[in-house]
Amino acid sequence: MNYIFEVLPSLLEGAKLTLEIFFWTLVGALPLGLLVGLGLTSKFTPLRAVLRFYVWLMRGTPLLLQLIFVFYGLPLIANGVLTLQRYDAALFAFILNYTAYFAEIFRGGLQSIDRGQYESAKVLRLSYWQTIRKVVTPQVIKIVLPSIGNEVINLIKDSSLVYVIGLGDLLRAGNIATSRDVTLTPLILVGVIYLILTALCTYILRKLEQHYSYWR
Amino acid sequence: MLELKNITKRFGKRIILDNVNLSLEDGKILCVVGQSGAGKTTLLRCVSGLEKPDSGQILVDGKQIDPVSTKNEDSVIGVVFQEFQLFPHLKVLENIMLAPELVLKKSKAEARKQALVLLEKLSLADKADLYPYQLSGGQKQRLAIARALAMKPKILCYDEPTSALDPALRDAVKDLLLGLKSEGMSQIVVTHDMEFAQQIADKILKVEALKK
Repeated sequence: MNYIFEVLPSLLEGAKLTLEIFFWTLVGALPLGLLVGLGLTSKFTPLRAVLRFYVWLMRGTPLLLQLIFVFYGLPLIANGVLTLQRYDAALFAFILNYTAYFAEIFRGGLQSIDRGQYESAKVLRLSYWQTIRKVVTPQVIKIVLPSIGNEVINLIKDSSLVYVIGLGDLLRAGNIATSRDVTLTPLILVGVIYLILTALCTYILRKLEQHYSYWR
Repeated sequence: MLELKNITKRFGKRIILDNVNLSLEDGKILCVVGQSGAGKTTLLRCVSGLEKPDSGQILVDGKQIDPVSTKNEDSVIGVVFQEFQLFPHLKVLENIMLAPELVLKKSKAEARKQALVLLEKLSLADKADLYPYQLSGGQKQRLAIARALAMKPKILCYDEPTSALDPALRDAVKDLLLGLKSEGMSQIVVTHDMEFAQQIADKILKVEALKK
């Protein structure tokens, strides 16, 4: 028991970084995902082609590789001009990667909105962006919420990949304590903390879905 | 006064509308009848600006119009869709207020006041806080009409107003349209229901499918 209280502070310190990456990735990738999703449904073929290529690249390579590439690769290519701090590099890679997944989810949601909704907004003379903001997006959010939730849960665990560029997240903190003290206890604690975090997320997502159930 | 001059619309090689001419005087009801696939709805979509005719002119009071222009000016055409296309995430009252607020830049209070008047007029006053899914078919249609009227159109168009409803509601729709007519609203009704057309129309336009 004493040991638990001894390692807990360092684990919580790691959990703080995990949560920071989790939070800022969502703040960046959700709106960007919606924008890219809109682009993927655009009638402008070149834009669609570019965005499809981007999504293919991001979903087609491991996130781990993307992290390494952003942190170690970019400075090499750009002759040191594009050097990012570890934390910024991690956020950049995560936002880039998660935007692609969210974009595909939003694309599906956007395509499931009846064309008649756009048309009725059009004859009421709403502009394109007014239609997107006030008519389409609220309906899309309700539709995509379960799939977004899935990715959100994934993100909590994916954030552990930042160890590869030397950041000290929750999992890394547990690993260090385990190899130093030759006991599995820290890793068990790590597992428990992840479970608490995902349970919290699941709860919030369920509340959100309930919130959107006021209309059908 | 609405005039269509030599309206032609093709989809690929198929000619849907071939030199359609018509005029509609203020306060009258025009019914567009014809079989499915004859181009009734396409004609309505051209008038409401959802399709661009390949050639020809649409004039209101002698001036060419762009019905879907987002600029702040008097609205010309209102549309009541076959499936109504209400906004499911907005309350009845909000469905009506949305466009006046966003497009005509009315204050919330003003838009609300006007919406309540419209609800009263279409006997939906007690439904203001419901969502569209909680309404019956006839109520949805009246809400769609109220939403279109809130933009103060000169001409109101309906696509098959009787088809999504219980046959028993046909007379109610008739009374509603004639009621609006008595207030001076010009209306275009697309329908395949000839009997209904004869009951309400001042003028009937028959659209026939063109042979290839």
